[in-house]
Amino acid sequence: MSKMEIVTIAKQECLAPGVYSMWIRTEDIARNARPGQFISVYSKDGSRLLPRPISICEIDGDYLRLVYRVVGKGTDEFKDYVEDDTLRVMGPLGNGYDVEAHEGVAVLFGGGIGVPPMLELAKRLPGKKQDKIVVLGYRDQNLFLKKEFDQVATVYIATDDGSVGIQGNVLDAFKEYGLSGDVFYACGPKPMLRGIKALSEQMQCPAYISLEERMACGVGACLACITKTTEVDEHSHVHNARICKDGPVFLASGVEL
Amino acid sequence: MKTSVNLCGVELKNPVMTASGTFGSGMEYADFVDLNRLGAVVTKGVADHPWPGNPAPRIAETYGGMINAIGLQNPGIEVFASRDLPFLEQFDTKVIVNVCGHSEEEYLNVVERLQEEKRPDLLEINISCPNVKEGGIAFGTQPKTAEAITKAIKKVAKQPIIMKLSPNVTSIADMARAVEAGGADGVSLINTLTGMKIDINRRTFALANKTGGMSGPAVKPVAVRMVYEVAQAVKIPIVGMGGIQSAEDALEFLMAGATAVSIGTANFYRPTTTIEVVEGIEEFMRKNHVEDIHELIGCVK
Repeated sequence: MSKMEIVTIAKQECLAPGVYSMWIRTEDIARNARPGQFISVYSKDGSRLLPRPISICEIDGDYLRLVYRVVGKGTDEFKDYVEDDTLRVMGPLGNGYDVEAHEGVAVLFGGGIGVPPMLELAKRLPGKKQDKIVVLGYRDQNLFLKKEFDQVATVYIATDDGSVGIQGNVLDAFKEYGLSGDVFYACGPKPMLRGIKALSEQMQCPAYISLEERMACGVGACLACITKTTEVDEHSHVHNARICKDGPVFLASGVEL
Repeated sequence: MKTSVNLCGVELKNPVMTASGTFGSGMEYADFVDLNRLGAVVTKGVADHPWPGNPAPRIAETYGGMINAIGLQNPGIEVFASRDLPFLEQFDTKVIVNVCGHSEEEYLNVVERLQEEKRPDLLEINISCPNVKEGGIAFGTQPKTAEAITKAIKKVAKQPIIMKLSPNVTSIADMARAVEAGGADGVSLINTLTGMKIDINRRTFALANKTGGMSGPAVKPVAVRMVYEVAQAVKIPIVGMGGIQSAEDALEFLMAGATAVSIGTANFYRPTTTIEVVEGIEEFMRKNHVEDIHELIGCVK
C-alpha cells in the first residue's frame, strides 16, 4: 500500500554534473518498496503543484536512495535540500520488477538517468556476478553509480563521447562485447527502449522495460501517463495502460513505443 | 451543527464532492480517503462505448496549475456499470455519474442505460470538455444547443441532471439560464479553461493535443466570479469548482452561491484534500457559531 509521508533527508550529494543522490529516511515506504518502483516527490513551492516521479535506486531498511537528474525547477529545488531537511513524498508507487520470477542470466540496461533503478534490481536478482550483466550508458566519463554496480554485477560501459567503454549506446556495447542473456531489464530514454524491444524480439528473449511519462496523480486516477498497449488493457478497455499504476515496468512485447 | 445540503432533491451529508476526472471512481484514492465522509463522489466521465482518449503527453504543469488533454478516455458504460458502480455501492456517500458523448444519441444511450441502475443518485452531464473535438464542448458553447440537449436528456433521465458548464463562453450566466430553461435540475461550474503551453527547448507544444484544459489554484478567482454570476442568474442549485485546495477556498464558493463544491486538481497533489476541506468547513462553522451551513450559502450578495 502506498502512503503519503513527510520524510527526512539523511544525505545528499552530487554524483556527476546535474546528477544528485539523496538518501531519505521513511516510516513505511522503504520497507514496502521493490526495485523498479518509484516515489512522488512534492515541491514546497505552491506554483509547482504536481509531484515529480523519481525512481528508487536503492532500498536499505528504512532508507531509500533516489538518484535523479536536475531537469527543471522542481528537481533544481530538490538538489538544494540538505541533511535533516524534510520533504513530502508518496510511495512506493507502481509495480516494480518481479525478482522472484527471474531465471537464468540477466542483462540489465540502464541509459542516462535510467541507470539508477537498475542498481537495486542488480542487487536483488538471484545468481552470481557473472549471471548479472549490466550495460550502462552515459554521456561522458562521469560514470555515476558504477562502483556500486561493480560490487554486484559484471559491468559494461558505453559513452556518447567514447571517453569510457564503447562509443555509442547500450545496444552498441551489447553487440560490441558479444553479450547474451536469458532475460532483459531496461530503463532509459524511449529510443533506447525501442532498441531493446527490437533486440528482445530478435533474440526471442523477454524484456522488462521501465517507462516514463508526464504524470499528475501517480496512483492511476488521472489517466495522464498512458502508454499504447498491443492488447486491450484490462483496466481501460482500450489500448492504453497507466504507466504509474499498471507500470512503470512492462513486458516490451505488450507495449507500443 | 448542520452541514447537510439538498442538491437537486438529493441529501448530501456535507457539500464536499470530488470533481469528475480527478478521482477515477474512488478506487485509486480509497487508500487515502474514507469515501464515507464525502458528500458525494463524482465519477470520471463515461460514454456509451470505450474511448481511447488523446495521445501523450496529456498533461503539463503551469504556474499554480496544470493543463490536461486526457480526452475523456473511459472504459464505456458496460464496464463502468459492472465494476465501478458496485464498488461505490459499498460506501455511505452519494454517487454522481458524469456522462459524456460525441452526439445527442451517445449521451442518451448512457442516460438510458443508467435508468436500470439503482445508483447513481444524480447525473452530471459533461457538455464542456475542451479536449474532445466533436460533441462535448460543441453542446456547451451555444445557449440554444445547450438547452436542446438538456431537454432531450431530461426526457429520459431517471435521476436529476446537473449540466456541467464551460467557462470558455461569452456569458456563462446565459448558458446557465439556457440549461435551466431546458429543465436542468442543477449546474456545475467551472470546467477547465482552454490553455496552451509551449516547450521552448523542443519548439513544440507541451501537450500532444496542442491545447488543454487549465485547472488548479490559479483559476480560482475566475471560477468564484462565474459561480457568483450564475447564482444571480438562475434558481437551480450550483456545484462550484475551480482550484479549490482548502476549506477557505471552498467557503468562498459557498458564499458566492454554490450549494456544493467539488475538489479536482488538488486530489492529484494532496489526495487527502477532500477530507481536510470537510473538517475545515466544520471548524469554520464552530469558530463562527454557524448552526446551519445554509447561513453561508450565497451569503455574499
